[in-house]
Amino acid sequence: MTAPAPARAPSRVRIALPWSVRLERRLETPRWLPAMTTVGAVVVALLISGVVLALAGGEPIPAFVHIVRASFGSLGVISDTLVKATPLILTGLACALAFRMRLWNIGAEGQFLMGAWGASAVVLIPIVPAGTPSIITIPLMMAAGMLAGGAYGAIPGILKAVRGVNEIIVTLMLNYVAALWIAYWVFGPWSEGGFQLTAQFPREAWLPRLSDFADAIPAFSGLTVHFGFVIALVAAVLVRFLLVRSRLGYEIRLIGDSPRAARYAGIDVARTIVIVFALSGALAGLAGMSEVSGVVHRLQLAISPGYGFTAIIVAYIAKLNPYGVVVASIAFGALILAGREIQPSGIPAMIQGILLFSLIASEVVLRYRVRVTRRVA
Amino acid sequence: MDPTIILAAGVASGTVLLFAAVGEIFAERSGVINLGVEGMMLIGAVVAFGTAVATGDAWLGLVLGTLAGGLLSVLHAIVTISFRAEQVVSGLALTFLGTGLARVLGEDLSKAGAISLLPRITVPVLSSIPVIGPIFFTDQSVLVYVGFIVVPVAWYWIGRTRPGLHLRAVGENPAAADTLGVDVARLRYAYVVVGGLFAGLAGAAITLAVSPGWFGDLTTSGQGWIAVALVIFAQWSPLRAAFGAFAFAAIRRMLLDIQGPQDLFGIPNPFYHDHTLTFFLQMLPYILVILVLVAVSGEAMRKRIGAPAALGIPYVRGERGH
Repeated sequence: MTAPAPARAPSRVRIALPWSVRLERRLETPRWLPAMTTVGAVVVALLISGVVLALAGGEPIPAFVHIVRASFGSLGVISDTLVKATPLILTGLACALAFRMRLWNIGAEGQFLMGAWGASAVVLIPIVPAGTPSIITIPLMMAAGMLAGGAYGAIPGILKAVRGVNEIIVTLMLNYVAALWIAYWVFGPWSEGGFQLTAQFPREAWLPRLSDFADAIPAFSGLTVHFGFVIALVAAVLVRFLLVRSRLGYEIRLIGDSPRAARYAGIDVARTIVIVFALSGALAGLAGMSEVSGVVHRLQLAISPGYGFTAIIVAYIAKLNPYGVVVASIAFGALILAGREIQPSGIPAMIQGILLFSLIASEVVLRYRVRVTRRVA
Repeated sequence: MDPTIILAAGVASGTVLLFAAVGEIFAERSGVINLGVEGMMLIGAVVAFGTAVATGDAWLGLVLGTLAGGLLSVLHAIVTISFRAEQVVSGLALTFLGTGLARVLGEDLSKAGAISLLPRITVPVLSSIPVIGPIFFTDQSVLVYVGFIVVPVAWYWIGRTRPGLHLRAVGENPAAADTLGVDVARLRYAYVVVGGLFAGLAGAAITLAVSPGWFGDLTTSGQGWIAVALVIFAQWSPLRAAFGAFAFAAIRRMLLDIQGPQDLFGIPNPFYHDHTLTFFLQMLPYILVILVLVAVSGEAMRKRIGAPAALGIPYVRGERGH
């Protein structure tokens, strides 16, 4: 790499810069660098977003101040932020798990919807009779949500493992199918009096909220954060354990880093693909269950403002680290919460795009040393 | 349920998919996957429509919409070619950014009234050919005819010309192309932007010709992703992409028309009498894409044909790809 580029016939006019930029592959990455680049990338993304906002006629600094105040300004809004973070943590874990193996599951949104449908089916079909206590209903809903999401996630896994079908396209198409599937049930069999939503679930099917305990602890009154947040935190610990300590996790990491080496090591790659896709779908499905049982308390069309898509960015910003997913989800939960009031409505999505770009662009400094050298005339 | 109407409509709206797919074929042939087609299409669609509303000039809208798609693709080129970032994630970022930006730009456009569209043309002699005339050459938007020209030109360019040879070399074996003096990064930049221009054109074709108006994300409703799938189905050939685009769009139109009549083949039409069943009809195009991919993937595995060998792999002189 140190040899000068071969001289070439000057076939076209080139602008001669006084310096040249070269990328050299790093042999070792300093431990502090990944965190620093992430922070740097976020700062750069916010700066760019601010400029774009200003160009669009908005006032960036008041907008950012508003986002922080509207999401962390009081105990009540912090609780609301955690409510938004809950589905992001679970879908973010779903993405992180699959991405670690370089399986591009872009279908967390669809698996989330199927999980919400599966959980709803427990009380709406109904699978359990009315009046069944929470202690039975809730675990059944969790199981049904994970089963529905996991089965839906397994479809692209099986197709990829058996036929080598591109999982990105399949998961994306299945997102549309899942949305239509929900629409059918909400407009059709489960419609409440012709409206586009189902009947409200009985209280036994609600995940407990902090505000439910306001009688005992008055400070909890009005706090909407629900048990799903605890489930999400437990899931983060479990996924971390799975990836770092278990045999399956070792196989996932090995396949992700070098599929060929994994095959030589005797790992059944096809089987692992299906398992990881099913687990990923189950996590996203659990997010759907948590959302219908903890927040909406019914099934309706708009139960997700794109959690499954934001999850992709969450997983990336966390560098696929499960605990990082929790932190990133809380930040994005704030953006979603405060973003509802920001006009025009596309701005949060735009900021997410800029952020993701900035993040992946920043990774170049992790893998390469950027050398700026004076050009020798 | 008139087959001629369905097929003619398939050609009209299939033109959108055709442009997007041909653009993506150029990018992928050079070795760069760009999953941001949906985002670039939305930007093209909103810029084209906004320009037409503001100036009353659909042609100006077409030009600016196309350029907007190209401009957005430059970001993907910088990040994936110069910074060597993961192409899949960069493409997703492009879709997020394009969608968000399009919604910001299109804030007031959903209430905009009718605009002057691109002209429709009936080709004199060709339109009187039985069967083919009414489907391909009667009262179609001028962009449909542009599509008829783009496909053979793209096919010829990729397969039969010297620049096309360089394009394929860069996508199949960049190290060898580099040895022969082909500037790999420059060509990849160029073809990623060509892909962006086509995606912008596809978006403009929606709002200025096929289904005028701005409906936020629903304007494209996933057609950018379908175009990406179409490229795999077409095995990176513009001719197969054109066939796939027209056929897919015709099937989609047929599924729409099925809901119309009270009776279907002598029995009461279930989709007419119970509208909630139409959600299943709407699922079919997406399921069809999956089924076609399954079929094509099997074929590709058997015949050992498929994607350009260096697709998705950044090229660094002196380093082996992984």
